[in-house]
Amino acid sequence: MKKKEILVLEDLLGSNKKIASDIRTKLTQRGIFTINLMSSPGSGKTTLLERIAEHMRPETKIAVIEGDIETQRDAERIRAKGIPAWQIITGGACHLEAKMVGKLFPKIPSDLDFLFIENVGNLVCPASYDLGENLRCVLLSVPEGDDKPKKYPKAFTTSDCLILTKTDLLPLMPFDSQQAQNEALDINPKLKIFTTSALKDIGVKELVDFFILTRQNLLYKNA
Amino acid sequence: MHELSIIANLFEIMEEKAEEKKAKKIVCVKLRIGKLSGVVPEFLHTAFDMYKKDTIASGSELEIEEVPLKIECKTCGKKMVKDDFVFICTHCGSKELKTLSGTELTLEKMELEI
Repeated sequence: MKKKEILVLEDLLGSNKKIASDIRTKLTQRGIFTINLMSSPGSGKTTLLERIAEHMRPETKIAVIEGDIETQRDAERIRAKGIPAWQIITGGACHLEAKMVGKLFPKIPSDLDFLFIENVGNLVCPASYDLGENLRCVLLSVPEGDDKPKKYPKAFTTSDCLILTKTDLLPLMPFDSQQAQNEALDINPKLKIFTTSALKDIGVKELVDFFILTRQNLLYKNA
Repeated sequence: MHELSIIANLFEIMEEKAEEKKAKKIVCVKLRIGKLSGVVPEFLHTAFDMYKKDTIASGSELEIEEVPLKIECKTCGKKMVKDDFVFICTHCGSKELKTLSGTELTLEKMELEI
């Protein structure tokens, strides 16, 4: 019996990254722009999606993948708006992984413009998993507090956009919007920031315009 | 708590490599974990000890080297370690920075009994 040390140097998330990269290539080739929405539970991802859908339809074709630990509730809410939605029930897992999205691949219609993935509500774990998205957005709601970016840096450093939600509550809450934005920009100077209230339909149109423009830019570059 | 899922990936790689080398046992596993990797080393240890039972690595030890977040300023060229995750150059205030290390989640080495 002899002992031997071997050098491996393998990324523990390597298999996820490979699947994600395949998903991104295939969806982008079909002209489907994929957006991964991450946030704590209850920060308003589903409500924002409902409002986004109102602004995008009927000209823009969208579908939604919902990730939750249990229940079909979010997918049912989205379907009630006439939008195709599939629920991934993780059964305890705190994040979505690329292989879960990959399994749904055959169901995704090829004439879509946008595929939204609503991640499991959690500001920590989803940040480590590329799902094959073109754009990653982190939501931060006013009731959560303005000190979250530095407390949960990975979600903010890996995102392209920060969407402040429930800003209609600003007059009622000790939430310093500028402080939250500055803190987020400190850890990720490239973040694009949007200030929204899905309930009052504030700022959602600007967000939708940005999504549409970013998709057009990408398709133009790949053409 | 996605550490268990990461440990499951780790075991897939470990078992594949051990089979390649026709190893009888895995004795030691060394990981490099970046400060900005999003995982907690302590939980990795717990998950590893749970997962290793009845595997080729059942008697193995897990060693974790924590890697600091190190960045290089593209403007002034200085390198620095960031403990606060603030992506602004400490020397010149530039925001044009390159991450050199700190995001690793790597299986670096394994010690096998052959």
